[in-house]
Amino acid sequence: MAALEIHNVRKEFGSERVLKDVSISIDSGEFLILVGPSGCGKSTLMNAIAGLEPVTSGNIYIDGEDVTWRTPADRDIAMVFQSYALYPSMTVRQNISFGLEMRKVPKAERTAAVERVADLLQITHLLERKPAQLSGGQRQRVAMGRALAREPKVYLFDEPLSNLDAKLRVDMRTEIKKLHQRLGTTIVYVTHDQVEAMTLADCIAVMRDGNILQLGTPDEVYNNPVDMFVAGFMGSPSMNFIRATLEDNSGGYQLRIATPGEEDLILPWPQERVAAALAERLNQPVILGLRPEHFSEEDERLTSQAEGTLLSTKVAVVEPTGADILLRLPLGEHEVTARVGPKCAVAAGERLALRIDMGRAILFDSESEQRIA
Amino acid sequence: MANVIRRQTPAARLGRGLLYGVLILAALFYILPLVVMLMTSVKPLSEISAGTLLSLPQNPTLEPWAKAWGEACTGMRCDGIGGYFWNSFAIVIPAVLISTTIGALNGYALTKWRFKGSELVFALMLFGCFIPFQVVLLPMAQTLGWLGISSSRAGLILVHVVFGIAFTTLFFRNFYVGIPNELVSAAKLDGAGFFRIFWRILLPVSAPIIVVSVIWQFTQIWNDFLFGVAFSAHNTQPVTVALNNLVNTSTGVREYNVDMAAAMIAALPTLVVYVLAGKYFVRGLTAGSVKG
Repeated sequence: MAALEIHNVRKEFGSERVLKDVSISIDSGEFLILVGPSGCGKSTLMNAIAGLEPVTSGNIYIDGEDVTWRTPADRDIAMVFQSYALYPSMTVRQNISFGLEMRKVPKAERTAAVERVADLLQITHLLERKPAQLSGGQRQRVAMGRALAREPKVYLFDEPLSNLDAKLRVDMRTEIKKLHQRLGTTIVYVTHDQVEAMTLADCIAVMRDGNILQLGTPDEVYNNPVDMFVAGFMGSPSMNFIRATLEDNSGGYQLRIATPGEEDLILPWPQERVAAALAERLNQPVILGLRPEHFSEEDERLTSQAEGTLLSTKVAVVEPTGADILLRLPLGEHEVTARVGPKCAVAAGERLALRIDMGRAILFDSESEQRIA
Repeated sequence: MANVIRRQTPAARLGRGLLYGVLILAALFYILPLVVMLMTSVKPLSEISAGTLLSLPQNPTLEPWAKAWGEACTGMRCDGIGGYFWNSFAIVIPAVLISTTIGALNGYALTKWRFKGSELVFALMLFGCFIPFQVVLLPMAQTLGWLGISSSRAGLILVHVVFGIAFTTLFFRNFYVGIPNELVSAAKLDGAGFFRIFWRILLPVSAPIIVVSVIWQFTQIWNDFLFGVAFSAHNTQPVTVALNNLVNTSTGVREYNVDMAAAMIAALPTLVVYVLAGKYFVRGLTAGSVKG
């Protein structure tokens, strides 16, 4: 049975439509991430699930029960807030047990729950401190402990890591993932950080302007994005978009990329990826989407050797990151980013031969920005 | 300021000296009326008529204080202002507690449980801060008559509570606006209700603004004269009205020392409140203006 179901939820503030017909369903134990730029409605959706904001229409079910009009307290959910929202006048122990106390759990059970959670999160030594005496990472743990103590049906995380510094954020990310694997809890997690989304989620919902553009596994969302927005949002550095023209190539298709001052670049489209939608757009402009890792040095292995199209180009900028090297190079009228191995000894201004893995390239309609193939 | 780096040249030292000189003079000027009152209140009457205002008391005596407290004539009766002093407390304490409590609840509801029109309600309450006392004298007298509590302490308490709510609501509203709403959301999810959240989450962090509200209301109500004179009978008068009557009672010689002692007695509670809690007052007024 679905742990959380959202049916056609709409939310309007006056005439502004913040959520436009959102539907999601996740199973018990799944980790759902709502991701999108600020103002996309992900936090509003989170608040609607929590019951902090009434929805304009639609229904929300938790564990099969319609909770659309229940108070936050009656939904059996717990939430971790971006600002942690620890009660400043209470000790860590009181913070964690407050929810249990409100639910009239006997004192002995409360104490046991606090000990269990504190042990799990390694905050036992902090139990008698006030929130003001804790560091950011410790507050984060306490906020999670407060949610865990109640053992609710669904956990909500509202950008829980965005107030931490970069190193701590990565550590806590791993810890949340471990915790989820260990406890098998159902989690809805809001973030604007696509790396968090990719690393944590079982299921990602990419949102924009109050709509869910794509709902799928991290692999689906990353490798098979439905449109240019999803493609560009997921992945860092983000996908390169190159203007091209789809042409006939003796039965197959090829992409012509106009290059100012040079010969046009021709990229053959792989035979096995020919789709009906391509025929409709013959001799029309399309957008070619290539991720930085779809480029590789000439001698490296490709997913399919035959489809590796060779490209010789002048490198504009070399950005070593340590683990690999990012190259900025002109392609057609654009400058694109390519990711190559750390051993690639190229300097800015030199020419380099690169292969393009067309087997993983994606084509978008130049007007609707929807995926074609 | 210790963090200002400056070379200690003779000119700079002279400037510093001048600065302190002016400040000390200004401070003396401000404290002078209090000193004169205090000195006069402990002088025998003979010394007052013989000496000058600033001459030090030769034979200090507490007799004027005793007389002001227990024997001085306020209008027709001659039993001092002691009784009225307690009258004032009996009015001020409930009025301060009730208006602060209501103000805190109002501020909490207006910031953490917003409803349609809550901003309008707040604007109207704010308007209440600017209503001159004189405007409401007649309608208030009428209302107290209807309620059957005219000329009683309860009536005065009601008047002060009604007037005080505008200010206390403003204080608490502005304080609670600075407390993150997520705290309330978290408590709601934890299962706490309206009063529980107020009592357990917000009230424990409200000490600075409670101090502000209490000092403000205490001073306002203690020092009030107009409502006191308009809505009290002779046995429910606050000390400010009694002080006025004492000073204006014209029988025999004018006893300046008793007048001064009575004025000191009337002013003492507000002074004490300021000395004890003034530090928190300033801290509370500026709370939230700078992010800690």
